[in-house]
Amino acid sequence: MRRVAVVGAGMTLFRHRMLETGKEMAFEASRMALDQAGLDIKDVDSVVLGSAPDAFDGVHMKGEYLLDGAGGTCKPYTRVYVGGGTGVFVPIAAWWQVASGVADIVLVVGEEKMSPLLPHPQYAFWSIFDPILERPLGVTLLWIFSLEMRRYMHVYNVKEEDIALVAVKNKRNALDHPAAQLAANITVDDVLKSEPICWPVKRLDVSPTSDGAAAVVLASEDVARRITDDPVWITGVGWNVDSTYWTNRDLCYPEYLEKAANMAYRMAHISDPKKEIDFAEVYDPFDYKELHHMEGLQLARRGEAPKLTREGVTQRDGDLPINPSGGLLGVGNPIAAAGMMKIAEVFWQLRGEAGKRQVKKPVRRGLAQAWGDLMQVGTVVIMER
Amino acid sequence: MESKKTLPGTPIAGAEWDNEVYSFRKHSVQLRYAWDAGSAVSGFLEGLKEGRILGRRCNRCMRVLVPPRAFCERCFRSTDEWVEVKDTGKINTYSVSYVNNDASRRDKPLIVAVIEIDEASPGMGFLHVLGEVEPSKVHVDMKVKAVWKPRDERVGAITDIKYFKPLEV
Repeated sequence: MRRVAVVGAGMTLFRHRMLETGKEMAFEASRMALDQAGLDIKDVDSVVLGSAPDAFDGVHMKGEYLLDGAGGTCKPYTRVYVGGGTGVFVPIAAWWQVASGVADIVLVVGEEKMSPLLPHPQYAFWSIFDPILERPLGVTLLWIFSLEMRRYMHVYNVKEEDIALVAVKNKRNALDHPAAQLAANITVDDVLKSEPICWPVKRLDVSPTSDGAAAVVLASEDVARRITDDPVWITGVGWNVDSTYWTNRDLCYPEYLEKAANMAYRMAHISDPKKEIDFAEVYDPFDYKELHHMEGLQLARRGEAPKLTREGVTQRDGDLPINPSGGLLGVGNPIAAAGMMKIAEVFWQLRGEAGKRQVKKPVRRGLAQAWGDLMQVGTVVIMER
Repeated sequence: MESKKTLPGTPIAGAEWDNEVYSFRKHSVQLRYAWDAGSAVSGFLEGLKEGRILGRRCNRCMRVLVPPRAFCERCFRSTDEWVEVKDTGKINTYSVSYVNNDASRRDKPLIVAVIEIDEASPGMGFLHVLGEVEPSKVHVDMKVKAVWKPRDERVGAITDIKYFKPLEV
């Protein structure tokens, strides 16, 4: 396998509703990533795009619809999709191409425009459920996350106030992110007193729906050494999908994520992730998910993530900063673009380009992770200087 | 990235959207579907019509699968036989929904739960709703029992079970 580098990153603002079309947002993020890499579209051998359900846009060939904006015209072009895990899966699918020698330079684009669907993007998620056994009950996406959150709280005796600390941290971190949609200084009390949506999930436990795009450029070692003094290497990738029979699994622990992480750790020769990962961007569409994912990634023992959070370990100036970007809770959640935002953040942090968001300790190795569908997808990328 | 103070993108404020100050086009589409229940779930639905909960057994791993499937996804072989299980179980997890699936508010909160069904393999169950109980009285591991629609109102659907109610008083 050839070594694969990230050589540039770009993104748009994340907002509830943007004037730009999906194509236009994909173009802006792609252009910015190519500019940072000092490359032009003619240098790009191949393009991989990620975007979540077609139902948001109401366009049933979304990959092709977005093609021109993602720079894919008349190139080997692929759209990949694993639900909310897509954003971190797009660079994995691009990595295959560079690692195998199929391509030297791949443009990697995550795009999501959720706002077109009326009355609310939430409605599209109704169609991920089993049509015979679940939809007749009136199921909403929020049910399954509140059910998972409640199970996690029960098994590990986790309090709502401990979970709220994640929302407080991430929304505050996002104050320093120029793309952020929901950056704020809030308190644990604000979270606990926010309107219940699907208890134990309350308004401030949840990330928003968003429009946005983010992109990175991957290059082979030869190309990377030629165009930059500062490549960031992808040293591990992993992905795993558990059973769709989600009512037959114990939701207290994400086994599939442990498997995805171990796949990436093996590749990156990591035996003690808690010591060897310097910081991580883990998927946080809900605040409890950050804790759940830290445990699945084995950055904390089972049930230990709330304690690390309380002790400040996961703050930007802590021993193991988690979501220094501000995460989905603070920056926003345009699904595939949100995962790609995390990839971009790890890249910028490792290059020391994160400005006010830069974590305090020196960092050499970071991890980005995403999650999705019926609480069953884990995608993991490890990057190093 | 920091050198670039303003990222690309033009946010549309709520008031601009409400007043339709920019160009867009609205369209509604109605899609109609008829989903086949499949060989295993059809049997399950027939069972519900008779007031019974049915699983399928895999004779290799010996799991009793609820909801039933035609194949065991672990052993990756066809399942072997129907098994009637009880219409009681315990709450694996639950939550209290204040919203509908289009994000609008419900008139009255709904308690939803994953019920582990008695005599199915451990941890096996399905999604349903709870009734005859206040949210504050529900707890994980609570024993519950199915409340069925009257026989002549049952049509072979998951909603033939009206809800699950606590067994304990």
